[in-house]
Amino acid sequence: AECVRRAVMTSGNIHNKFKMKFSAEEEFPDLSKHNNHMAKALTFEIYKKLRDKQTPSGFTLDDVIQTGVDNPGHPFIMTVGCVAGDEETYEVFKDLLDIVIQDRHGGYKPTDKHKTDLNYKNLKGGDDLDPKYVLSSRVRTGRSIIGYTLPPHSSRGERRAIEKLSIEALNSLDGEFKGKYYPLKDMTDKEQQQLIDDHFLFDKPVSPLLLASGMARDWPDARGICEGCEEATGSWGSAGGVMKLVLVSVTHAVSPSPLPLPLLLQIEAVFKKHNHGFMWNEHLGYVLTCPSNLGTGLRGGVHVKLPNLSKHAKFEEVLNRLRLQKRGTGGVDTAAEGGVFDISNADRLGFSEVEQVQMVVDGVKLMIEMEKKLEKGGSIDSMVPAQK
Amino acid sequence: MPFGNTHNQLKMKYSAAQEYPDLSKHNNHMAKVLTEELYAQLRDKTTPSGFTLDDVIQTGVDNPGHPFIMTVGCVAGDEETYEVFKDLLDPVIEDRHGGYKPSDTHKTDLNPDHLKGGDDLDPDYVLSSRVRTGRSIRGFCLPPHCSRGERRAVEDLAVEGLGSLDGDLKGKYYALKNMTDEEQQQLIDDHFLFDKPVSPLLLASGMARDWPDARGIWHNDNKTFLVWVNEEDHLRVISMQKGGNMKEVFNRFCTGLTKIESLFKEKGHEFMWNEHLGYVLTCPSNLGTGLRAGVHVKLPCLSKHEKFGEILKKLRLQKRGTGGVDTAAVGGVFDISNADRLGFSEVELVQMVVDGVKLLVEMEKRLEKGQSIDELMPAQK
Repeated sequence: AECVRRAVMTSGNIHNKFKMKFSAEEEFPDLSKHNNHMAKALTFEIYKKLRDKQTPSGFTLDDVIQTGVDNPGHPFIMTVGCVAGDEETYEVFKDLLDIVIQDRHGGYKPTDKHKTDLNYKNLKGGDDLDPKYVLSSRVRTGRSIIGYTLPPHSSRGERRAIEKLSIEALNSLDGEFKGKYYPLKDMTDKEQQQLIDDHFLFDKPVSPLLLASGMARDWPDARGICEGCEEATGSWGSAGGVMKLVLVSVTHAVSPSPLPLPLLLQIEAVFKKHNHGFMWNEHLGYVLTCPSNLGTGLRGGVHVKLPNLSKHAKFEEVLNRLRLQKRGTGGVDTAAEGGVFDISNADRLGFSEVEQVQMVVDGVKLMIEMEKKLEKGGSIDSMVPAQK
Repeated sequence: MPFGNTHNQLKMKYSAAQEYPDLSKHNNHMAKVLTEELYAQLRDKTTPSGFTLDDVIQTGVDNPGHPFIMTVGCVAGDEETYEVFKDLLDPVIEDRHGGYKPSDTHKTDLNPDHLKGGDDLDPDYVLSSRVRTGRSIRGFCLPPHCSRGERRAVEDLAVEGLGSLDGDLKGKYYALKNMTDEEQQQLIDDHFLFDKPVSPLLLASGMARDWPDARGIWHNDNKTFLVWVNEEDHLRVISMQKGGNMKEVFNRFCTGLTKIESLFKEKGHEFMWNEHLGYVLTCPSNLGTGLRAGVHVKLPCLSKHEKFGEILKKLRLQKRGTGGVDTAAVGGVFDISNADRLGFSEVELVQMVVDGVKLLVEMEKRLEKGQSIDELMPAQK
C-alpha cells in the first residue's frame, strides 16, 4: 500500500505558454508549508526574475523546482527540492542554484573551485580495516555525458543514444572489470533474481522525490545494468541517461584500489572518442542531476558493526567531526540492523575523491578503535577527534 | 512521470524511429492506435498552449495496461488537443465509444422533464442514487497542463459562481489546503472528500502537480449537491442521495449545472463544448456527456446468474464494486451505471439506468422466489 501511495507526478505546467499571461504573484508556488533547500532559497523576487528563462534545450524554472513544490519536505532529511535538466541549468538558473549549493555544501561559494583527484595511489592506507567489524566496502559516483540532457528532461531518443554509448564503453573494459550488460526490459527472471541476490538490481524508483523530477518516464526503456564477471565488482550503466557507477567489494577489507581510476578513465576515453566526454567544470566538478551530488558525486562507505559506539551519547558528534554520515544498511532512508551501520563521507563538493575516501578510511579506523575500547568497558573521551 | 521530455527541444534531432516509444508490451487504447507512421506525422505539432504529442501519450507509455480495465492511455491538455492530434484521438474515440465516427454529432439534453419515471425504484433494493459529470472552462488549459496561475483562476471563478447559488443549492467551499481536521473528518464521513490521487494512470498525466494548491470541495448545506474543483477535471459536479429517487437526483443535477453554467457566462466564461464531442474533458473516455449515473443496488441472486454480464451489456450498463471503478462488490451490493458517455444525451443515459435497474430488480425478485428470468431477457439497446 505504501508503494501505491508513492506514485508518479508529472508536469506539463512547465512548458505551458499561457502561464506568462499570469503575473509572477499568480504563478509563484505556495511554499509556506515547505522545508527543503529550494523552498528556503526561492524568494518571490528570484521567481519573478527567472520565470521566463529557459536553457537551450527548453528546461524552465518550473521544471527545476517542480519536485520541491510537490514534495514539501521529509521528516528526517533536508531534501534538495530542485534538479537540473541539462548542463546549462546550473548557469541559467544560478541565482537560485548557487544559493542552494552554498546551503547544501557547507558554504561553497560561487567563486570556489573544486578539485578532482582520481589517483588512487594518493590514498594512504585503507587496506587494513578490521574485517571483524567492516563487513563490506563500496564506492559510487555518477557521470553525465556532454551533449545530452539529464534524466528529468531527456527524450527517449537521447536516453537510447546514451545507453548505446554506455554499452560500447562498458564492453571495452577487460580484466577485473570485464562484464555483461543487462537491459532492464529484456531481463529473464533468472537474471533478475541473480542481480537481486548480488544487490545489483535497481528498479523503478518509488520515492516521490525522484519520481516528481520526471526521471522515471518511459521506464524501463534504455535502462540497464552492467555487471562485472568478478563478483566483487558491478557497475550500473544508463540509470536513466546518466552513467551511475557503483563498485562493490564484497570481500572483507577495503579493496587496495578503492578508486576505480583505470575503470573510469577507460570508460571516459570511449565517450571522448565520440566527442561526448563527461560534464565537468572547475567550479562544480562533475555535473549531475541533483545539486547534492555535484563535485565528486562520490559516496564511499562501509557496512561496519558499531553496536556500542552507536549507543554512545557522542556518536553523532564523532560522525560530524569526522565529516561522515550514517545510514541504515538498506540505504538512505533505512534503519540500522543488528548494530550494523552504513558509514560514508558526508561531503561531495569542495573535497577531492581521494580526500573523501581518506576521510572514510581514517574515520572508520578510529571508530573501530572506539568500539573496541567500549567493548572492554573503557572510555572514549580522549579519542574524540577534532573537527575535520 | 512525464516531465520535460515533452518539451525537450533537442528531441527533434533524433529520428522518429529513435523517439518512437516501445509499445510492444502495451495494451491500452493509445498503444493500439499509435503506429510509428502516425508518431512521425504528429511529433512536431503542438497546440497553441504548447501541449505536444509526447504530452498526450506519456501516461499510456508509462502505464502499459491494467489487468482488468482497457485504459485509454492518453489525455488532453487543452481544448485544441482534440483538433491538433485528431489523427490519433479520433481512432481512440471511435474504439472507446462504440464506433463513434469523426463525422458524428453528439446530442446534449439536460432537461429533466424529458426523463420518464425514475422516482419509484424499490428502496428495499436501491440503496442510493448518484449522477456525476465534469466541466471544463474554456480559455484555460486542462489539469495535465495548466499552470498554478490558471488553476487558481479556475478555483476563483468556481468559488465565485458557486457562492451565488441559493435555496436548495446554497452551500460552502472547503479549500483542500486550509481544511481543519474536523472539516476533513466530516467530509470523509460524508464520502465527499477527494485526496491526492494514487493511481499511476492519473498521476502520470501531470494532474497532481502542486497538490493541494487550488483544489477544493464545495457542497450544499443539504449535502446532496457537490462540486470538486481542480481534481481530474476543472469541475466535477455530483448530485446524490439515499434511496432510489433517481428523478429527483437528476432534477437537481440539471438545475444545478444549468445555474452554474449561466453564472460562469455572466462572468464571460463558457464551458468547453462542441457539437461533435459534446462536453470536452481531460480524458477521452469522458467526452460527450461526461455523465455517469448510477445506483448502489442489492443483487445477490442475479449477480450470481450466468447471464448477469450479458444482461448488463444488453442494457448498456456496467457494474463496479461499491468502492468505485477498481473495487469488488460487497454483500451482493453493486454499483450499476451507464456504460456510454458519447453519442447519447444525458436524458437518454439516465433513462437507460432507470429502466435497466428497474428490470434488474424485477429479475432479482423472481430469482429470490426461485422463478426463471428467461422471459425477461432484454433485447440489445
